Formats: sequence, C-alpha cells, structure tokens
Amino acid sequence: MLFDMMRDPAVLVLGAIIFAGCSGLPGLFLRHGPLGQQLATAGALCSCLVALPSIVWLLLSGRGGSFLLEWNLPFGPCEIALDPLSLFFLIPIFLVFAAGSLYALGYWPAASRRDSERSVTFFYGLLAAAMALVVVARNGALFMIAWEVMALSGYFLLVTEHEEAEVRSAGTVYLVASHIGAAALLVLFSTLRSATGDFAFPAAGSLQLAQGGATLLFCLALAGFGSKAGIMPLHIWLPSAHANAPSHVSALLSGVMLKIGIYGILRVLSFVPQRPLWWGALLAVAGLTSALMGICIASAQKDIKRLLAYSSIENLGIISAGIGIWLIGEGTGNPRLAYLALAGALLHLLNHALFKPLLFFCAGSVMHATGTRDLDRMGGLSARMPFTSLFSLCGAVAICGLPPFNGFASEMLLYLGFFGEARAPEPYVALGAPVLALVGGVALICFVKLYGIAFLGAPRTELAARGHEAPAAMLAPMALLAGLTLLGGLFPQLFLALVNPALSALSPAGAYPGALPVRPLWFAVAGGSVIAMAAALFLALRLKGRSLPAGSGPTWGCGYLRPEPSMQYTGSSFGNLFGSLLAPLVRARTRVGVIAGVAPPAVQLGYAPEETVLDRMVLPSVSVVGIGFAFLRRLQHGVVQVYILYIFATLLLLMLWVH
Amino acid sequence: MIDTLLHLVLVLAMPPLLLGVIGKTKAAFAGRVGAPFLQPYYDLGRLMRKGIVLSDTTTWLFRAGPVITLAATLFAALLVPLGRHAAPVSFEGDMILFAYLFALGRFFTTVAALDTGSSFEGMGAAREVTFSCLAEPTLFFALITLTRLSGTMSLTPMLHHVTPPVWVATGASLLLLLTGLFVVLLAENCRIPFDDPNTHLELTMIHEVMVLDHSGPYFGCILYGAALKLYLLGALFVNIAVPFALGDGYLDWALFACAMLALAVAIGVVESVMARLRLIRVPQLLVAAMILTAFSLVLVVR
Repeated sequence: MLFDMMRDPAVLVLGAIIFAGCSGLPGLFLRHGPLGQQLATAGALCSCLVALPSIVWLLLSGRGGSFLLEWNLPFGPCEIALDPLSLFFLIPIFLVFAAGSLYALGYWPAASRRDSERSVTFFYGLLAAAMALVVVARNGALFMIAWEVMALSGYFLLVTEHEEAEVRSAGTVYLVASHIGAAALLVLFSTLRSATGDFAFPAAGSLQLAQGGATLLFCLALAGFGSKAGIMPLHIWLPSAHANAPSHVSALLSGVMLKIGIYGILRVLSFVPQRPLWWGALLAVAGLTSALMGICIASAQKDIKRLLAYSSIENLGIISAGIGIWLIGEGTGNPRLAYLALAGALLHLLNHALFKPLLFFCAGSVMHATGTRDLDRMGGLSARMPFTSLFSLCGAVAICGLPPFNGFASEMLLYLGFFGEARAPEPYVALGAPVLALVGGVALICFVKLYGIAFLGAPRTELAARGHEAPAAMLAPMALLAGLTLLGGLFPQLFLALVNPALSALSPAGAYPGALPVRPLWFAVAGGSVIAMAAALFLALRLKGRSLPAGSGPTWGCGYLRPEPSMQYTGSSFGNLFGSLLAPLVRARTRVGVIAGVAPPAVQLGYAPEETVLDRMVLPSVSVVGIGFAFLRRLQHGVVQVYILYIFATLLLLMLWVH
Repeated sequence: MIDTLLHLVLVLAMPPLLLGVIGKTKAAFAGRVGAPFLQPYYDLGRLMRKGIVLSDTTTWLFRAGPVITLAATLFAALLVPLGRHAAPVSFEGDMILFAYLFALGRFFTTVAALDTGSSFEGMGAAREVTFSCLAEPTLFFALITLTRLSGTMSLTPMLHHVTPPVWVATGASLLLLLTGLFVVLLAENCRIPFDDPNTHLELTMIHEVMVLDHSGPYFGCILYGAALKLYLLGALFVNIAVPFALGDGYLDWALFACAMLALAVAIGVVESVMARLRLIRVPQLLVAAMILTAFSLVLVVR
C-alpha cells in the first residue's frame, strides 16, 4: 500500500515538500559541530533529486494529482493539487533551494557562524517548503497560512545579521510591506469566499462575478501579489531587503519568492473567464514602467547586491508586462500574441530563476572574499577568483539578454510578440519593442559595470587585493546554474517543453498555436557558431602570438608616469554619465569636501544613491500617521490589571451583542 | 550558391575599402592627396605581423574581447541582405538577433577596456555603453516601421519589400527613417559628429580610447570588426536608400557595391564639413534621431 503510493510521482513531490520543510529540524537539536547543517544540505539535495524528476515527468506526461486533507478547522475541506501551473512554479523553488543549501555550506558555515547558522538553516528549509505549499494550496485559508509562514521565515532569514541597524530597518520595512500585501490578500480571499460560499479555489474559468466584483478581485490581487513581486511603485521594501540578507537567502528571495507573487496573479486570473482589456493594459504598462525604472535606478547603484535587487525589479517588470500582453492578446482574439507573450513571460521567469541566483551567489563569493558590498572598493578579483569570475560573466551576459545565453531566448519571444503587432491596424503593443530595447541597453550598462568594476582592472583597496577563491561547495552550485543558462540559450526548446503545459493550463480554450514562429534550431546555430568562431579565432591568434615578439608592461597611462589603482574608473563614475541623463528620476547624494589652501589635506568625495520613493514619500507619510496614532498608544501602557478590564469589557459587550 | 559565395566574399573583403574611401574623401576636402584607397588593408596586414604587448593588469578577457566581438559581427554579417540578394541566413526574428549580436560585441569590447584598469579606457567604456543604449530604440523603431510596411519579420524580405513604388507611397516616412538610421550609423561606428577616430586627445575619444592598450593581431581584429560593423549598418541603410533592382544578378551586385562606396563618400563629406559635437550634446542628437524614427512609424500608421 505504502509502496504503491510512493510510486505516484505526485506523492513524491508532496513528500519532498515536507522533507524540505523538516530539513533544518535536526540541526536545532544538534548543538555542536557542523552535522546539523550537513544533514540539512543532504536533505535539501535529496528532496530536490526526488522532486525535480517527478515534476518534469508530471509536466511532460500532462498528469497531475489532487489530495484532500481532513482537518478540523472551520475553513472547509483543505485541497492540495498539482496542476501544470503549480508544477511549473515548483521547479525554481526546488532548484534554487537545493543550490542555495549547498552554497550555504561554504558561505554560512556552522564552524564560524554557529550562533546564527542553526536558525538560518531551519528557516531556509521552512521558507522553501512554505513557498511550495503556497503553490500547491487550493484553499484560501491554507494559502494564507502558507503565505504567512513564507513571509515570516523570509523575515527571520533577512534579519540574520540583526546587530546592524541597517539590517533591522530593512527587516521592518519588509515586514510592514509584506503585511499590507497580506491584508489585501485576506480581503481577496474573503471576497472569493462570499462569492463562492467556500474557501476552496474555484476551478479555472468558473468564477462568475458581477463586473464590479471582478474588478475588485483584480485590484486586490494586483496590490497583494504585486507588492510581493516588487512591481513599481509597490517595490519599496525590495532593494534593502535583498541587499541585507545573506547571499544564499537573497538568491532564494530574489530568484524564487518574487515569482510567487506572479504565481498568485496568474492563479487569480485563471479563476475569471472574462478578463477586461484594461487589466492587460494596466499590467503591461506597469510592467514596462517598472522594468525601465528598475534598471535605470540599478545603473546608479554602487552596492553590488542592491544593483542586483533593482535588476530583479526590472526582470519581474518584464514578466508582468508579458502577462499583461497575454491578456491583451486574449482580449483581442489574437492567439499568436497571447501565446508569444505568455510563453515569453514564463520562460523569462524560469530563466531569471537561473541567472539571478547565480549572480547573487557570485556576489556572495565576492563578499566572502573581500568583506564588502561596495563596488568602488573592489577590482581585479578575476586574477584571484578565476572561477567565480567566469560564472559571473555567464550570469552577466545572460541577464543582459544577449545570445548565446538563455535571457536572449525569452526576450526574443517577447520581441516577436511585439513586432507581430506592428502589422495590426493600431500598433500600440508594438511600442513595447523599443522600450524593451532601451531596457536591454541600460541592463548592459549595469552589468558591464558590475562585472568590469568588481572583477577587472587593478584592486582598488587592500580588501580586494587579498581576495581568495570560494570553496568548492560554493562553486558547484554556481557552475550548475551557469551551465543551465548556457543550455537554455542554445536549446530553448528544452525549457519551452516545461513552459508549454503551464500555458495550456492557463488558456481557457487551449487554443494556442503551440509552435514557435522561429525554429528553435536557430538559437543553437547562432549561439554555437558565435562560440565556435570565437574559440577558433582565439586559438589561432594564440598560435600566431607564439611566433610574434611579445612584451608586457604597465597599462598605458596616456603619458602620466605614476598611475595608481585609485585613479581607475569606479562603479560610481562609470554609471555617472548615464545617471546625469536621469537626474530628476534617479537621485544621488554627492558629498564633496572643501579643497582649500596652498597644500590642501586629503579630501573625500562621497556618493550615495537615494531611495527616492521610500525616503521622500513613504517614510515621511508614515511618520505623519504615527503622530496621528499616538493617542492609541495611551491605551497600551503595560498595566496588566487594566488589560484584564479590557478583556472583561469586550466579553460583556460581545455577550450583549449576541443576546 | 554562387550568390552566397559572393555575399561572403563581399562581406569579408570589402569593409576596409570603405575606410579607405572615407579617408580619401576627407583628404580631398582638406586639399591633400591622402593615403591610398587600400591603406586600411596594408594596416591590417602590418598589424597581423606585429608583436603583442599586454598590460600586466589584464586577464584572458582582454584577449577574448576583440575575438568575441569579431565573431559576433561575423555572424551578423550572414543576416543582412546585400542589395537585392537574399542573406545566407534568414528566419523570423533575425533582425532582433542582428541587433543583439552587436550588443554582445559591445559587452565584450567594454569589458576588455575595463580589464586594463585605465581611467581613460573606463571613461571610453562608460560613454560607449551610454550612447549605444540611447541609439538602440532608434533602430527598433525603424525595424517596426519596416515590419509594418512589409508585413514580415525577417531582414531579407523586409528590406527587399522597399521598392520604388513603396517609396512613392511612403516617401516621407522612409526619409525620416533613413535620417534616423544614418544618425545611428554614425554614432554606432564612432564617426564625426559623435566621435573622432583620428583625434589625438584621449579625453575626448569614445571608441579609440577603449582600445588604447590593444596591439598586434588583436588590434587588427578590432579594426577589422569595426570596419565590418560599419559595412553591415551601411548595408542596412543602402538597402532602403537604393531600392532599385536591375533585373540581372551581377548588375545588382555591382549596384550595391557602388552604393556602398557612395555611402562612404557621404560619410566622408559629413566628417569633413562638420565639427565634433560636445559630449553633452550627443545624447540630445540621439534622442532626436529616436523621435524621427518614431514619427516615421506614426506616418505609416495614419
């Protein structure tokens, strides 16, 4: 009996979720030594190895699974189901969770971080399991429970280094933003319950609502899930949260948790049979705005992880834009556009779940080696960290959407969608193409800066000069993810095979063309030939170089005789030219010391990009609200007797009301 | 088959000649005799025999940069039709690959520049990425207009669709589009008024300053790659500007080659009669070009 159940891949996936959630438990009781962390990593790898093949098999065979849990809570039957959409979102969860757990062995080792390691390991597993549960839950109450566990374990992971004030404030902003989003979701599920009479999710396309009800549902989903996905202007919590968490946590938060917001939006959209056109237009405009703004602000950052966090806003913006265009395509009866936009969005989601964790892992290795997040203090790391440097290069090229890496494949699908619309009578949708091109251009600025300033040139400080290569436990997950980004760029049809079942789950009629307008073979031909030609030329020049006189010397300083590493272009100066074009949108504080006298002393120049929305708009308005609520604080004074009086008074009032 | 072969020969052999023609035109304006037309070929040949000096700060990327850039440009060369002949490689969406291969080249050129750790090369890299980023939407607006006109999403049918009757019908739009493309052509290839390839002051350079430390065959790769890029963007321009088909395959090849040489003369004239723009004016001109191509789209939508 048990053995038969174990042969059902759906059961295996659920087992892997539970196993992942419990992976950190033994470590809580093992007080000494690294055994707890090693067990947790082994557990994470096992759950991934069990879950991923089962998920892929279920997706490709088109099967699923549905389970009914008996519970005594008053929320109706608790259903858990694995449909293609859920399965698709489970892939990044398990992949990044396993990679991050392995990475943690080297990055957050029990040996040197004993005090915080146990909680980090425990909550890491819990976060992954909670995200997986969110994705498989089919009951509003269970969904909210899992959602809260996810949000709170994210919080505890984020404030790991709570000795620092910056981390604490980032945690608070995250907690508040996350709960405002959760409040919107509570209203959303209550509305659903009042419409269907049950907390169970309605079947796809079966929810009949009045027009106002559907609009309310969409707005609530956009507020609740959009704030989790970091769509502007609901992104304020994201940059500092992802910058201040330990890097393997940032990888899971940025690479996976943001996408749970996208999952929520897609799930809610799937309930509604008729989606008005303006929903799609709103999502597309919000997505493209957030992509453009996100990457522009990223170009001004000098904190390596903050830059990556803003680039996540960009990528999630591209994904939401794709979803918006899908809705437009469905609304206007254009299956080609609908297919390309949604396939592009979901493929980009999968791709982003590969290269963003990769880049956060690389950032972690750099911090591990140099002890700083400030790009302007790095430089020349390539010589001391050759493997990390190579993997970062893969990640940087992939995230810019350049061939032959996977980012290009998904952007290509979106471009094909946009360009196809140029032939429509009113080609509004086609205007997305130049915006996406501009986003791609700015992304190039960001990642040339990130890679070039951190890894190339001469070390700018002592910290950078002492850098060292990361241990194998950290390099292995990076190598895996880098390999997958290249694989996805050369053979996008492999990833599309996973995307297509999720697409058919979302389309009401299942009426997508199914085939790409471009043969996937061309990706392999183009990427393969560029790589082959470059390799052949490289080797030919190397051979030729042997027969030619060779020399070496310092970099040409344009006639200046004593060039110093500190005279190199820094990250701030690299981004400054583009930043000067964005002056009103992206603010930065520059502090310049006064140079005075005949022999002026050393003068410092400071550069710090501003969090304009948070610092200038949100925090001031919150403090105004705080003043308004000051009188409520008088009720909360800590006198226990009076609290008991409150309880009695409340009870009395309730009884009177019931009577 | 023979056309594919001719395409390859033309695209591999002709690009440096354009530089020679530009140089000769500028010399004629300045009243000098100027270097021979084939001087760029001699330069390339000499660089291939020269020794290599590498900076101590650099890594393998410094050597890989020119090579990857050249490889990406070479593949892009297979995507553009020359004259009225089809490109060897053509598929739905190839124009996006075309644009992104140049971006790939730009990534590695700028990264190789940063590898030297020189402040001048960092400066050049920052300018290159910023200005190219502003030129990108112009190219895409132009491609959208062409897609709308031709109804296809591949460079060969898209450019072959532009014939004299199409010019008569949508002349104003195509004229705006060509102006935008010409600005992109000058900006992407670092010609005056955006950048002066012959200036002597590193502070004012864009492209030249990024390659200061390259030498020998690697520098040859860079020069050849740059010439090839000029040739490809020029071919895009010429395909729209010279929409005539003579009916005979070989005559069409000759017409295309002459048109490319005429384009080189035109670039030489622009370089001779204009001064370099101040750096802060460059973004304004690029945005203006973007607006022009956006208007070309508006004109065909109407």
